[in-house]
Amino acid sequence: MVKSRESKYLDYILVAICLGVIVVCILPMINLLARSLSSAEYLIRNEVTLWPKGFNIEAYKLVLGDSKYTWAMVWTAIITVAGTFLSLFMTTICAYPLTYDKLKGRKFFSTYILFTMYFSAGTIPMYLLLKDLRLLNHPLVLIVPYCLSVFNMILMRNYLYTIPDSLRESAEIDGASPTKILTSVYLPLSTPVIATLALFYAVGRWNGFSDALMFMNKREYWPIQLLLYNLINAVSSIETYSQEGFTQPGLSETLKAAAIMIATVPILLVYPWLQRYFIQGVTLGAIKE
Amino acid sequence: MDGTQRTIKLRRREQYWRRYWSLYAMLSLPLVYFFIFRYIPMTYIQIAFKNYSIVRSPWEMPWAGNYGFEYFIKAFANRDFLNALRNTLMLNLLDLVMGFPAPIILALILNELPYKRFKRVTQTIAYMPHFLSWVIIAGMALQLLAPTSGLINIWLQKMGVQPIPFLNQPGHWVGTYVVLGIWQSVGWNTIIYLAAITSINPELYEAAAIDGAGRLRRIWHVTLPGIRSTIIVLLILSLGRILGSDFDRPFALRNPLVKDVSDVISIFVYNYGVRGLQFSLTTAVGLFQSVVSVSFLLLADKLAKKFGERGIV
Repeated sequence: MVKSRESKYLDYILVAICLGVIVVCILPMINLLARSLSSAEYLIRNEVTLWPKGFNIEAYKLVLGDSKYTWAMVWTAIITVAGTFLSLFMTTICAYPLTYDKLKGRKFFSTYILFTMYFSAGTIPMYLLLKDLRLLNHPLVLIVPYCLSVFNMILMRNYLYTIPDSLRESAEIDGASPTKILTSVYLPLSTPVIATLALFYAVGRWNGFSDALMFMNKREYWPIQLLLYNLINAVSSIETYSQEGFTQPGLSETLKAAAIMIATVPILLVYPWLQRYFIQGVTLGAIKE
Repeated sequence: MDGTQRTIKLRRREQYWRRYWSLYAMLSLPLVYFFIFRYIPMTYIQIAFKNYSIVRSPWEMPWAGNYGFEYFIKAFANRDFLNALRNTLMLNLLDLVMGFPAPIILALILNELPYKRFKRVTQTIAYMPHFLSWVIIAGMALQLLAPTSGLINIWLQKMGVQPIPFLNQPGHWVGTYVVLGIWQSVGWNTIIYLAAITSINPELYEAAAIDGAGRLRRIWHVTLPGIRSTIIVLLILSLGRILGSDFDRPFALRNPLVKDVSDVISIFVYNYGVRGLQFSLTTAVGLFQSVVSVSFLLLADKLAKKFGERGIV
């Protein structure tokens, strides 16, 4: 089909809009990067915009040399990895049995699980429960209470539904148990949804701070985002370095920028590689039953 | 029933259990998880109707006055709560009006892009903000939008415009809150619409082209009707969240100067409950919020079904 002239103009307008979207998305990042690499004097004079001035990596050295900050990174990495594995395990053993049409009680189990998505008791009952379970201020409180998301479980179940029943039936005829069928037929075919859910759980864990804010008083178990929150909202630089242990005053703005950059990099490195999976995972999983 | 039939039935049952017991074993762990971390907290809801006591279990606490509704009455007499209720409704409504159409428009634009590679690059970059935490977005925004030293205000001043206190003045804060919300979610939310667009029958476009419809008319008469049911399902879900309150976003973006507009119900619960230890009052507030949210969801669903859509429940 030959394109009319109007159609061509429309193309140009669309491309211009998309370029605008790209700029708006990455501009704050570039600004932050420039500030983190600039020297404090240029920042104070309001001269830093998109390119670093007085280029130096002092701020990065200071942040990475701070034992509290690096420990928070390591601790967050630990709970992210452990939490993601636990979540994937729980999601799989929840979603897989529910795909068996013949399972007696399936309807009841589904309703029992879905109900918790629509109605929740609220923050304070959860807080009081964790208190009674003696999980408050326990490191496990950052992993266990929210390890299984109903929404993600539905994504997985809907994905597993798309795997043809004939595969399961032929494995059953060969005498394979449900567990064996899960590990040797279903899981190998589920890479897109597993990659998607791993990304969702890991990002959620890496980015989480409200559960730590409410349920964790011990500073040594604070995840990186909560530490960052306090760093960013510290009113003065004096407060910043006395709170977070940065020993050199006068650098607070570049320090904040560098600290934010460092906490963002792991995510920026991971998600583009998983893009083709998560689009597939979300799209297939979103089909209504 | 005679004997042989009974033995056949028994044998079938035995066979069923021998084959499928492992499915129940698998499912038992998630079921126990939901029981402990989702259903047991529901028994704590009774605290909303009782006077909290640290030494007793919820079942043994004494009932509150006014037929147990004392803390609901107290909540609605509490200025901070009424403020939080208003802010929650205001911010969610603004999100709905401004934020809901944005991903639909962007999806339509992306779908019309003739260059596949450019489309993919745009998508990858537009998804990025979704993966950033609100602490990080707030940190970026504070630097980008700072009254004198932020990039935006440096540029505005160069153009001779007075600096704008984006995050330090209530009116501007609300606008910034909404815009940052769109910034964070618009790209990600296109995924579902783009998926719906790909399932539209291409013959419809050809037929429309033969009828002489231009590109804009085809978008209006083919693409938009094609994603109608997706739009309605997502609209129902948004309406169900109208009194729900996100914690991370307002909490990360707020500061003492704007607390009159930024403190939503979840922040009220945090301040009065987790920090102020007023457990009965905040449990009552949480219950109110949950009940209203479920009602809104069911109402929106009913309404959608009345208009001939499939709904979600």
